[in-house]
Amino acid sequence: MLTDKLLIGILRAGAMMAALVMLLILIFLMHESWPALSTLSIGRFMTDASWHPLEGAYNLMPMLSGTVLASAGALLLAVPLGLASALFIVFYAPLHLATLYKRLIELLSGIPSVVFGFWGLTTLVPLINQWNPPGASLLAGILVLAMMILPTVTLTAYTALAAVPDELLRNAAALGLSRWGMIKGVALPAAKTGIAAGIILAVARALGETMAVLMVAGNVVQYPETLFDPVRTLAANIALETAYAMGDHRAVLFVSGLLLLLLIMVLSGMAGLLEKQRHA
Amino acid sequence: MQRRQPGMAISGLLRNEQTLMSLTNNRLVAKTGMPKIFRFLLANLFFLVIGIGCFSQAQAQTKAASQRLVLTGSSTLAPLAGEIARRFESLHPGVRIDVQTGGSSRGIHDVRKGIAAIGLVSRALKPDEADLQAFTIAQDGVSIIVHAGNPVITLSREQIADIYTGRITRWNVAGGTDARITVVNKAEGRSTLELFLDYLQLKNSEIKPHVIIGDNAQGIKTVIGNPHAIGYVSIGAAEYEARRGAPVRLLSLGGVEASVENVRQGIFPLSRPLNLVTSGEPQGLARQFIEFARSAQVHDLIRTQYFVPVNAD
Repeated sequence: MLTDKLLIGILRAGAMMAALVMLLILIFLMHESWPALSTLSIGRFMTDASWHPLEGAYNLMPMLSGTVLASAGALLLAVPLGLASALFIVFYAPLHLATLYKRLIELLSGIPSVVFGFWGLTTLVPLINQWNPPGASLLAGILVLAMMILPTVTLTAYTALAAVPDELLRNAAALGLSRWGMIKGVALPAAKTGIAAGIILAVARALGETMAVLMVAGNVVQYPETLFDPVRTLAANIALETAYAMGDHRAVLFVSGLLLLLLIMVLSGMAGLLEKQRHA
Repeated sequence: MQRRQPGMAISGLLRNEQTLMSLTNNRLVAKTGMPKIFRFLLANLFFLVIGIGCFSQAQAQTKAASQRLVLTGSSTLAPLAGEIARRFESLHPGVRIDVQTGGSSRGIHDVRKGIAAIGLVSRALKPDEADLQAFTIAQDGVSIIVHAGNPVITLSREQIADIYTGRITRWNVAGGTDARITVVNKAEGRSTLELFLDYLQLKNSEIKPHVIIGDNAQGIKTVIGNPHAIGYVSIGAAEYEARRGAPVRLLSLGGVEASVENVRQGIFPLSRPLNLVTSGEPQGLARQFIEFARSAQVHDLIRTQYFVPVNAD
């Protein structure tokens, strides 16, 4: 009994610690951005002419749109590709090829983001530049981000698909379903929770990714009109300017951090809501 | 047979160990009735805490025993200051010098607040900073760079301003090929940007950039990767890359070639002094360090960083 109590105590302390860290980060962000939040009205972060913190213009909305657009674009590419890769590994590839392919994807997930950024800056951006200058653009950001979240989507979808009980698949085969019919009618519905969880993980990574996007997306604060316009994301904004920011400038950078956190909170809230609806 | 023997030995050893472990495990559980593991963990935790406590105390003691000097400020100047600090430390045992970056404005701020003894400021002091004293240890120039494949050799100040404000958008207007110009600007808060804007008499909001970069290396890589780009970086960094064969060209300004030599002579228009800044007359260790940093003993360090030593008086 003592053991149980001790164990519960340790687990509680662990859980508390995790929650506390999150809370502390939130409090810290609030505290650091307070000088800006208390002196500037919230509306100015939405209606100022642009983002020129040293000249007193603090519009964060172009960067919010940049963040959302880059992540959404990456998701649009990575989800179908990742899902297809996972299906390929589980249902189509011969065993040795499947193992090799999976190892490759795992390797891709281990590549540090700076390496992706460097590759993007020296290879991808010049390539896009030849097509439609200036090259450093929303498109480059989307492509690099898609490559980075592709392994997350693939591997979680693979795990979910591999966990579908053999029984179900055998029954489907016995019913004379084609392979695609089995995948569409049995495997995917059975694995959809796992796949959705993987996608949410991928979105979170895409939203927060900093270095790679900073290096390829051009970082101009504006609403992009085409895929070839440069954009700046909230995370890149913080990384670009924090090292040199003082006073008010520093405080508004913390506001952009707060906004990013808020965005992720809304997202995870939406994911929770979706989950609930599915079960209802 | 010979091949098998080591394997057998190992497996035998393993088996022995396993029995030993199970024996001890049984004993532990039997004697106390409670898994030792938690006690073990707790004990470890205590040792860890005590260890950390001892360690930090020891650290505090060494800090108290030695003399300490804190330098903060410009990231342009920090690597050089770090090298100078290391040489200074080796000549003066018992002295510890901390160098932290954060931009020239942080250097000014920290010196005023007394957080740092010396601020690293990569520009001349402004009129409202007359309460501080500056000691120039080197000169740094900012160079406009284009891709080596770009036929443009020089641009006037007006042309550069027009390009950066978006009044000139194609290279053929400025003597180049018929291609769209990609304007590379620096992120807000950097002193290179400040110097550049000061030279052009512009505000950052008037500039219409296509790419915004952080440090010099990123700027040079961006221009290397884009034949129609124009950017600006520290002259030392640009000259170094160009000499190593990177396809960048440093544009001359106002008829003066962009080179370290011309920055030394003080005739290149886009240049800036690298200053050590103190609040009031420097005393003691800070004074020693500043004198050392301005002496000929560190000229080789200044040159390896692609800055230009000034002749100390």
